[in-house]
Amino acid sequence: MSETSFIEEEAVSTRKTPMTHETGVKDTTGTTLAGFRPAEDLVPSKVGTQTAEDMIIPGVEDVVEESLGGHKPHGSDPVSDQTMILNMGPQHPSTHGVLRLVIEVDGETIVSLAPDIGYLHTGIEKTCEAKFYAQVTPLTDRIDYLCPMTNNTAYALAVEKLLQLEIPERAQYLRVLFNELTRIQSHLVWLGTHAMDIGALTVFLYCFREREELLRIFEAVSGQRMMTSYVRIGGVSLEPPLDLYAKIRAFLKSFPSKIEEYEGLLQNNPIWISRLKGVGYLSAADAIALGVTGPPLRASGVDFDVRRDMPYSGYEKFKFNVPVSNDCDVWARYVLRMQEMRESVSICLQALDGLPEGRIVADAPKIILPDREQMKTQMESLIHHFKIVTEGFQVPAGEVTSSVEAPHGMMNYYVVSDGTAKPYRVHMRNPDFATLQALETMCKGKLIADVVAIIGSIDIVLGAIDR
Amino acid sequence: MADPITNPATPEAIFGKDAVTAAMADHIAIVGLADFITDAKWDRQELTLTVAPETIVAACEAAKSAGYNFMEDVTAVDWYPTEPRFQITYSLLSHTFKQRLRVVTRLDEGQSIASITGVWPAANFYEREVFDLFGVPFTGHPRLTRIMMPDNWNGHPLRKDYPVEGYR
Repeated sequence: MSETSFIEEEAVSTRKTPMTHETGVKDTTGTTLAGFRPAEDLVPSKVGTQTAEDMIIPGVEDVVEESLGGHKPHGSDPVSDQTMILNMGPQHPSTHGVLRLVIEVDGETIVSLAPDIGYLHTGIEKTCEAKFYAQVTPLTDRIDYLCPMTNNTAYALAVEKLLQLEIPERAQYLRVLFNELTRIQSHLVWLGTHAMDIGALTVFLYCFREREELLRIFEAVSGQRMMTSYVRIGGVSLEPPLDLYAKIRAFLKSFPSKIEEYEGLLQNNPIWISRLKGVGYLSAADAIALGVTGPPLRASGVDFDVRRDMPYSGYEKFKFNVPVSNDCDVWARYVLRMQEMRESVSICLQALDGLPEGRIVADAPKIILPDREQMKTQMESLIHHFKIVTEGFQVPAGEVTSSVEAPHGMMNYYVVSDGTAKPYRVHMRNPDFATLQALETMCKGKLIADVVAIIGSIDIVLGAIDR
Repeated sequence: MADPITNPATPEAIFGKDAVTAAMADHIAIVGLADFITDAKWDRQELTLTVAPETIVAACEAAKSAGYNFMEDVTAVDWYPTEPRFQITYSLLSHTFKQRLRVVTRLDEGQSIASITGVWPAANFYEREVFDLFGVPFTGHPRLTRIMMPDNWNGHPLRKDYPVEGYR
């Protein structure tokens, strides 16, 4: 088996008629390198003027077929007419997980591109239907594994809406605090891996140094570094240890200087600038038509943030700016996320300063597990504990959507209840899934190296896409 | 099986087309989709409008011109063994009015529904997902193939009659 045989097999398997070696993809690999098209033939000139209608994403088969349609037998035509199919992933390090891209390239220019997903599909939505409401919380951690607190919050908000449960203010503030710390953590992973894809390995190490501090904070508060399950239905699971607030404050105090450190490594770096500026253009109209949310949407000039515009969990009490850019490119998304980290620091400080005293869970003994002490000393609490653990709690019938601003964009949980103790349907609308649809629009007419930069800039997590 | 469209849950909930239309007469969605609504509910501060499956594209266009510029989500709920079996849920958002609208429609098994990719290209992946996991066909979809499961998979996993464990 030669190195190219995998690509070849892909092309053969997705084609309706069998392909011979004479017309196979393999033959073009050697020849297209020499054949450059004249500049006016290339697609980039059309990129800016595309409308949303002709931007329906092609499938893998479309890409392969399209390229074979224009392909003439080897040796009989100018090499410049030939395109080549390139398979990228699912094990490619720059695709941030198990994303497979089938790319049609003309020389090194992207003609069309199709994402192939589903490699990480674990059927979480089906699993949720077989669990009690409280047992779903740990499953939500695993969806977008870079922001577990945000997933937990979105799910908890949906179920609380079904139950019409009032959440104490202290729990709301704790949720905001840890949601924003999670945003910083997720953005740090984004910055580190994005910079590493471009070639700046140092930034990755710096980012993970700070991320480590955050993971220790999460561990101190929930007992877990990544799969925290800290935000529960009705509030949060535990009262943070007393010295934790000081630790968080120390982190928040030093973190702005760390952002400057990253910017010192990147902002004026000529390689970083030339790889990012003007790459991955996505107009506001296209972003809305293709369902893009979060930082990529705001980098395209649409001023919408769920935290500010449709506040949840007490975000209306916080003062913060929503950075927006009109540059629509990878650079804009980079600048915007760096700004978002600074805003998150300010929100965290406000949450710490304004943290009210009081309960961390709602007063609903039939829904929330009693604390250990009460359970062992009071008959009533023991009964509640036994009932909740063995039978769960019934949730009134209805359907609700909760929406939060996750680090990657707008995250919705759609929960349908039929009045029993298990959810009838749980559906997660993750920002990454929709943002991936916009990938082709951003990549068309660019180089293969730009694909890597663009994937980095839309910040996807395959766990959230495949679920 | 309790049906959330007809089953009351909270005291302030309003059910039925006439009651909702009377209570929220100047709501942009009620005005914009007046010709399409067959049922409506206002429950837990969320508006759900039911439309007939054959009018879904026209209803989405009406919603878009009413101000719901952003398509968030298309998903389905399997109410097996109730007839009609599938509930297709469209979640729409207005960036201007900062409001969310849920448009739902009910389908029998084997019945197909028009794709709304012409209105919002963003529906592409979502409709493929519903097709893959529920087996609901969308007519006019540019490429209706499985998206999560392998191409040679048998059955549609999120249907209620598909087993959670064991062999297929």
